[in-house]
Amino acid sequence: MRTLFDCRCSEYGGGLYPRDDNAMQAVDACVDANLLRKRPLRIPHLSEPQIARHYTELSKRNYGVDDGFYPLGSCTMKYNPKLNEDTARLPGFAGLHPHAPATMSQGALQVLCDLSEYLKGITGMPGVSLQPVAGAHGELTGMFLLKKHFERAGQPLRKRILLPDSAHGTNPASAAVAGFSVTQIPSNNAGMVDLDGLRAELDETVAGIMLTVPNTLGIFEERILEVTQLVHDAGALCYFDGANLNAFLGKARPGDMGADIFHFNLHKTLSTPHGGGGPGAGPIAVSEILMPYLPIPRVVQEGDRYDLVWEAADSIGSMHAFYGNFLVAVKALTYLLQLGDEGLREVGENAVLNANYLQAALKDAYTLPYNGLCKHEFVLSGKDLAEGVSTLDVAKRLIDYGIHPPTIYFPLIVREAIMIEPTETEGKETLDRFIDAMQSIAREAATSPELLHEAPRNAPVRRLDQTRAAKEPILTHPFSEET
Amino acid sequence: MRYIPNTMQDQQEMLASIGVSDLEALFRDIPQEIRARFRPIGLEPQSEMEVAETVRSMADRNEAAARVSFLGGGIYDHYVPSIVTHLLSRSEFYTAYTPYQPEISQGTLTAMFEFQTLVCELTGMEIANASMYDGSTALAEAVLMAVRLRKQSRIAVAASLFTQVTRVLETYCWAADIEIVELPYDERGYTILEDLPADISAVALQTPNAFGIVEPLSGIKERIGDALLIVSANPLSLALLEPPASFGADIVVAEGQPLGLSMGFGGPLLGLFATRKAYMRQMPGRMAGRTIDAEANVGYTMAAQTREQHIRRERATSNICTNAALCALAATIYMASAGAQGLRHVAALNLARAHHLADRLTALDGFDLAFGGGFFNEFVLRIPGRAEAVHSALEGAGFLVETPSALRAYGLEDCLRFAVTEKRTQEEMDRVEEIVGGVR
Amino acid sequence: MSYPTDYRYTKDHEWIQVEGNRARVGITKHAQEELGDIVFVELPSVGDGVQAGANVATVESVKAVGDVVSPLNGTVAEVNDSLESAPETINQSPHKDGWIVVIEISDNSQLDGLMDAAGYEAFIAAG
Repeated sequence: MRTLFDCRCSEYGGGLYPRDDNAMQAVDACVDANLLRKRPLRIPHLSEPQIARHYTELSKRNYGVDDGFYPLGSCTMKYNPKLNEDTARLPGFAGLHPHAPATMSQGALQVLCDLSEYLKGITGMPGVSLQPVAGAHGELTGMFLLKKHFERAGQPLRKRILLPDSAHGTNPASAAVAGFSVTQIPSNNAGMVDLDGLRAELDETVAGIMLTVPNTLGIFEERILEVTQLVHDAGALCYFDGANLNAFLGKARPGDMGADIFHFNLHKTLSTPHGGGGPGAGPIAVSEILMPYLPIPRVVQEGDRYDLVWEAADSIGSMHAFYGNFLVAVKALTYLLQLGDEGLREVGENAVLNANYLQAALKDAYTLPYNGLCKHEFVLSGKDLAEGVSTLDVAKRLIDYGIHPPTIYFPLIVREAIMIEPTETEGKETLDRFIDAMQSIAREAATSPELLHEAPRNAPVRRLDQTRAAKEPILTHPFSEET
Repeated sequence: MRYIPNTMQDQQEMLASIGVSDLEALFRDIPQEIRARFRPIGLEPQSEMEVAETVRSMADRNEAAARVSFLGGGIYDHYVPSIVTHLLSRSEFYTAYTPYQPEISQGTLTAMFEFQTLVCELTGMEIANASMYDGSTALAEAVLMAVRLRKQSRIAVAASLFTQVTRVLETYCWAADIEIVELPYDERGYTILEDLPADISAVALQTPNAFGIVEPLSGIKERIGDALLIVSANPLSLALLEPPASFGADIVVAEGQPLGLSMGFGGPLLGLFATRKAYMRQMPGRMAGRTIDAEANVGYTMAAQTREQHIRRERATSNICTNAALCALAATIYMASAGAQGLRHVAALNLARAHHLADRLTALDGFDLAFGGGFFNEFVLRIPGRAEAVHSALEGAGFLVETPSALRAYGLEDCLRFAVTEKRTQEEMDRVEEIVGGVR
Repeated sequence: MSYPTDYRYTKDHEWIQVEGNRARVGITKHAQEELGDIVFVELPSVGDGVQAGANVATVESVKAVGDVVSPLNGTVAEVNDSLESAPETINQSPHKDGWIVVIEISDNSQLDGLMDAAGYEAFIAAG
């Protein structure tokens, strides 16, 4: 695949910006010669037609939700509504400087306020901050809130965070960045938190528990109220990782389950696009006791006037330069305004319906370690496929069927895991095609495994040498020696 | 609901396949006690047409977006070429996920590799990651990395960072129990490095700094002993200026918004992060690496993933998962569109226009540059007794200028900061001069 | 390749070859199979003190990180520098050329708790 640096340069004739023959003279006059760049930048200049061709070609070697089914468990790859893209591009939003006076940014502040109110409603929790710009950033913010809370409460010994062995990697990573140590608690045979294991760990050194609800197996913790009660009784708090909110949108609220902190992934549940790895947004909702510590600035509403408040004695400070990923918030608000309560309920219902339909259809061809009602996603195992065939092979073979592979090798507690999340924006027709593909691959595993081992054949590149990439990292274009 | 393809018949067929009677049965695993507490949010669904109008009316109530702006402070009103917006709108880019399946993500991965290369070109550093959330968190992560490497929980930081960057850094350092020692600046606006505290993991500077002053980096690395030198730079200024790597910087971070991103009321932004090859294993964030496939085709894949959260978990170099991929793509397409000469050209326009305005305004009585050092596209004027009045007059005439209180945080009274980009015209600057000259 | 009968083994998949007052430590064939192609090894420094149960080295493959846990208390006497340029030696010869550290033992009694070859093979078979 060619990069920009492999393309043939064209001559720079200006054209993007106005001509100004005096500009370089001003540079020489105003800047100390010692500070000026000695060696020119090795950034090629391409004509606009060349740029258009190069990046269009790159885009065709990608796969987005608009291209096809994307059943990545834990990622909620739902359709990204196009109205969201248009509202986020409105000049009144895109052209607004964050230092503009609040009096001249009332529309933007209203977006932030309204979205905050709806997020409070969805969670049933009284406080919200839109400042975190990613799920992991929301987790980090939550961990900072816990730290501040226990500092204020005079309980500095609470330095441990409990999390289940099925937790997403960002959970322990976020806890560690905030200075907590991490203790894993086991899951029982049903894939849920082992209450005895939890009780054994709860003492006065525990600051909190980080739970994903439903968990990363797609299973709802039936005894969630007991779990949160036990944690609260031990003087600790409950963090809920909201990555799986699609499972009960419009049906239940984390605030009613005992959550003290809940983070949203706007780029999952609230339909904002993933962008190839970002930008997303990870707003948090908190219970009453944590509200004083929320980041600054805070957006407040008085009547029909909106303002930014910077003074808050107990705030942890700021997690982001400004007000979070504002344009992403615009997209999420646009989505919520279309859905309404009725739409939210339909999201939860269809997400769960689609997942259970797939689970029922695939559990015979593959192994289903936890055989019960799932929520919006479920986990299969490839461990009982033909000898020598792995989950990785299944995933690569799916590419040949034109389908993006599901999440593989996560959660860690299932061997050869395949985590499937269809989302509500897929119809039965797509689901049936996926079922056929997966069943066909299971048969191929037994009769012609080389089809799996040599997959993918229908992709711009075949299996890449990851070992070589890791051992001899080439992270920038290797320019030839300068003359 | 428009985004749900299932018909009622589909639903019935699927329920039958599963073996349950209705949709409610699929939620029986949620305890009744929790279901009973549920309350709707009180929102009626609306059609696309109605929502488009509602949201548009919110956008229309941001009069600042239509004004001629001299606001800066880390975010700037630059021109975004049309090609950037159009290519970014290709759904194969923006509806794609993180490229964990490299065979079908060569678009995203190739662009990441290009971005990393471009960041290394601008900063002069050996390696760069594929972006972080923004410049302020990139600086915070650089500090955390320096502390991991040098193991001293104290750092020295210039007092002349943007206030929003300092705020975020203070929050991250409080959480990590890292002590921040502030370094003062002199009348030129340069950071004073005398009396550096002992046992520090890093010295962090910003150039141009909050006063628009370009910090001379020469000789600093040699004076700070074992500590890492972290430089936060305006990436556009690096098209003209010798990059921090040449002065021995160990980590260079930047806010990448000036590289083809809209201002967007402060988000999403783009964090640049570059460092030495020797520190690769300690660098946070994801990276694309070049490799080959079984048929010797060149391809790109995520490299050194074992540093990241999904493998290292609590021992990861950072908890970061999503980055600012689409923003990095925008910056890549922007830099490709401009090329080295275009970047030099636009940077020169910025500098020239800023100096022109500064010259015209300082020619007026009572207007002086607050600092003696050289500046790029931003400068601070000291206007004793009249700063508020000048600000009001400019705002009244339809311009956007930062209030004098924005600089009070630095202990500066009666001062106004102006950022002048390539978008500011001669007419606009003449008008500013006229209004300002008329203020008594 | 079977498991050398004169070695001892841990539940963390390390092997120990006792040489007088020293123990040569590496990871087992099973461990390197689970990890896949090894791309990087993080070694301690000679002279570092080690405790039983604490991390003494780290082995990285493309998709995973393996901790090498010290089975004994002692001091690092030697490290296998060749692993820096050839980490794949652990895959090719896990029980011999792929050794990772040599520890000067401070408490001989700790050797008693370790498994023998038959015990280890039964342990991994039980999965």
